[in-house]
Amino acid sequence: MADITNSKPAGGGMGLNIGKILLEGRAFFALVAIIVVFSILSPVYFSLGNFLIMSSHVAIFGLLAIGMLLVILNGGIDLSVGSTLGLSGVVAGFLMQGVEIPAAGVVLYPPVWAVVVLTVLLGAFVGLINGVLIAIFNVPAFVATLGMLYVARGVALLMTNGLTYNNLGGDAALGNTGFDWLGFNRIAGVPIGVIVLALVALAVGLVLARSAFGRWLYASGGNERAAELSGVPTRGVKISVYVLSGICAAIAGLVLSSQLTSAGPTAGTTYELTAIAAVVIGGAALTGGRGNVLGTMLGAFVIGFLSDGLVIIGVSAYWQTVFTGAVIVLAVLLNSLQYGRSGR
Amino acid sequence: MTVQQSIRPEAAQATGEVVMSARHVAKHYGAVKALKGVNFDIHRGQVTTLFGENGAGKSTLMKILSGIVTPTSGQILLDGEPVSFHGANDALAQGISIIHQELALAPNLNVRDNIFMGREIRTPRGVDFAEEERVTRALMEELEEEIDPLTPVEELRLGQQQIVEIARALQARSRILIMDEPTSALSASEVEVLFKVINDLTAKGVSIVYISHHLEEALEVTDHAVVLRDGEMTAYAPRAEIDLEWIVRNMVGEGFDLGSPPASRTGEPALIIEDLCVPDPSGHGLVVDHMNLSVRCGEIVCIYGLMGAGRTEMMECAAGRIRAREGAVKLHGCDVSHLSIAERIDAGLVLVPEDRQRDGLVQTMTVGQNLSLSSIAAFTRGLFTSRKAERKVVEDSIREVTVKTDGGGAMIGSLSGGNQQKVVIGKMLATRPEVILLDEPSRGIDVGAKAEVFKLLARTAEERGLAVLYSTSEVGECLSIAHRIVVMNRGRISAEFDHTATKEQIMAASGEAVHH
Ligand SMILES: Nc1ncnc2c1ncn2[C@@H]1O[C@H](COP(=O)(O)OP(=O)(O)OP(=O)(O)O)[C@@H](O)[C@H]1O
Ligand SMILES: [Mg+2]
Repeated sequence: MADITNSKPAGGGMGLNIGKILLEGRAFFALVAIIVVFSILSPVYFSLGNFLIMSSHVAIFGLLAIGMLLVILNGGIDLSVGSTLGLSGVVAGFLMQGVEIPAAGVVLYPPVWAVVVLTVLLGAFVGLINGVLIAIFNVPAFVATLGMLYVARGVALLMTNGLTYNNLGGDAALGNTGFDWLGFNRIAGVPIGVIVLALVALAVGLVLARSAFGRWLYASGGNERAAELSGVPTRGVKISVYVLSGICAAIAGLVLSSQLTSAGPTAGTTYELTAIAAVVIGGAALTGGRGNVLGTMLGAFVIGFLSDGLVIIGVSAYWQTVFTGAVIVLAVLLNSLQYGRSGR
Repeated sequence: MTVQQSIRPEAAQATGEVVMSARHVAKHYGAVKALKGVNFDIHRGQVTTLFGENGAGKSTLMKILSGIVTPTSGQILLDGEPVSFHGANDALAQGISIIHQELALAPNLNVRDNIFMGREIRTPRGVDFAEEERVTRALMEELEEEIDPLTPVEELRLGQQQIVEIARALQARSRILIMDEPTSALSASEVEVLFKVINDLTAKGVSIVYISHHLEEALEVTDHAVVLRDGEMTAYAPRAEIDLEWIVRNMVGEGFDLGSPPASRTGEPALIIEDLCVPDPSGHGLVVDHMNLSVRCGEIVCIYGLMGAGRTEMMECAAGRIRAREGAVKLHGCDVSHLSIAERIDAGLVLVPEDRQRDGLVQTMTVGQNLSLSSIAAFTRGLFTSRKAERKVVEDSIREVTVKTDGGGAMIGSLSGGNQQKVVIGKMLATRPEVILLDEPSRGIDVGAKAEVFKLLARTAEERGLAVLYSTSEVGECLSIAHRIVVMNRGRISAEFDHTATKEQIMAASGEAVHH
């Protein structure tokens, strides 16, 4: 029997490993491929300046995608992030215009830091509603956040009457300047939005990899019953991920309205889908328990660099949509290859 | 490791025609060699039993024979002709079906739909549900089980789910039926019914492969015994030549002993259950009916009972998983009834659940992450976990409960069933509990591992004063390490024995018909 045992393990093993590396690093290789192809097609694509501009576009999706990753790791979905982003921008814009207090007959102009804090709190509040509906009242995540998608968008439209807040620059006399700092300034040449994204990604990455909360999240996404019986506060974890997702959406809303120095009620429409796509391209499983921040960031960059590249070489917007869709389907296909096989 | 008698096809011929055989079958998972060139024969109209430790490769071999896994090398012969299957349906079409060790049912579907999943009775006007229901009823009757075909599977107890899995395989009316630990959650009387069914089947010429860690039980039905060890076949013999001692010697290489109660220096009551009532999930009646029980520090208590006696519900209620209607659960005299599961674990009261796939393991995580899941606080320094401290916790647990794995980084799904069970026990022991409840802890683990688990519990009870409460449906296991045996029947304690009781006494008290 012994002679059967050593049937050419070496050669077969190597081929398998290269295939495995390509499969597991697919988002990275896709990003490299995108950069190479567009650099050949367009002379302006491959430059530091262009990369930074594209990255500041990616920052918006990237922030949403990080929040979405947390929710998806828990086995849920958050369809409301695009609307929360829009609502946050509108609320920031509203606060920047000054809040009139009729009783006192004065108009309050909160400083920019207060606007930022209040907007982030709003995002957390929206997430809290989602989380409570899902974790306490057992509403399916898809339905609860779909409802929130409409409600948040509707509130944004109501607040602005469908119009856009322009001119968020503030006024030195009122002491509320500096809102455009988020969108326009650079530190060592890097746009602030990109730095915010990097910081959030680092923080969430560290939490996922090295904190008890991270471990709880992976466990309750992988098998909620087993996690609960092991002493994981599964409800708390579930509520937290929606709150964090709401906060990420609010930060994204602030960065976007600051980049545009205006806040429209329809900003961020369908961005939730882009965020889900980034998470999936990054290798996370929609069933929960699998995925990481690095993958999600790569996923966001793949989508961002692809669509900006298509714009740069002058492909029509319609084709961009087709390409993005194809990339998503391809990514899910590879996901099922990776996870489907390990079960056997 | 000596090959006692390698399989001799000539010898096999003498004891019955071979319908299917594996020749030099090997299976490698990366570096893991699950099977290293095994020869195995299935005889027409007879039962071939496969014995072996956890991780010996039994399930892997069966998955190869039923087309689920493709072998790395080697050949499968069906009626003497080489075959290769493309998936389980291909094998099913050739008359081979399998009862999986890990249940493969759709919990949201009802019993009938699970039994006919993928092979619905189709008519031009759609699926013939009435006929399916009739067949399901007949199958349940054959298995002497009162399960309504329209009950969703998720509402059934684990043992009943196992019955459904068996019925599903029977429904296929295959000529080769592979049973991978079909009885791990069944009670003694249900096992007897199953054996009756097996005898009927073999009389009709159906060939059966049977795998079980309940050795005595398996001896009752088997015609041939094959022992696998570390992916190699180490022994073969027809029924006439084997006994329990032969199996154990070939399986683990030594005699086995489930231990005896540790020298008792039991202390204060650690766990007190007072007047506990748990309602039936359907709302009427009680599954646990005014139950009183206390377990002292350092004491080991065994709960014996039939399926549905309320053991699982009592333990889940004590651990905080389900709410009691009345009564109290006290830990060292303090009422913990209002605490959450996590708070009870912190207080030192832990549960090892019965169904490891559903309640015990997180399949997306590694062996190490599963082992350390309940004791994260022990290796968290400030905000973050310490990798070094975690590695120590994991390595200690792997050693303590002797998990056979390539290390903490392996995926939990790559472990054999018994080793997965040890991970669930190890996870709870790693929290350094004071009271441990184990619901059928020996489910699916081999004799060697069972002895190790019991020894481990006995040692911990003796050294740390751990109070142990475990349930079992195998009488033999009651009379091992337990100081006291409590028999449950319909939610109540019907009798209590010390470790000098006999099997017959215990079985009679459980309301079980004793046929021997
Ligand atoms: N999908 C897989 N990936 C990697 N290793 C695997 C996989 N499936 C099985 N193995 C390994 O193959 C070996 C044999 O496993 P198998 O499940 O056949 O054991 P078994 O004899 O059925 O044990 P048990 O009595 O515990 O059910 C084990 O070491 C196991 O870890
Ligand atoms: Mg097995």
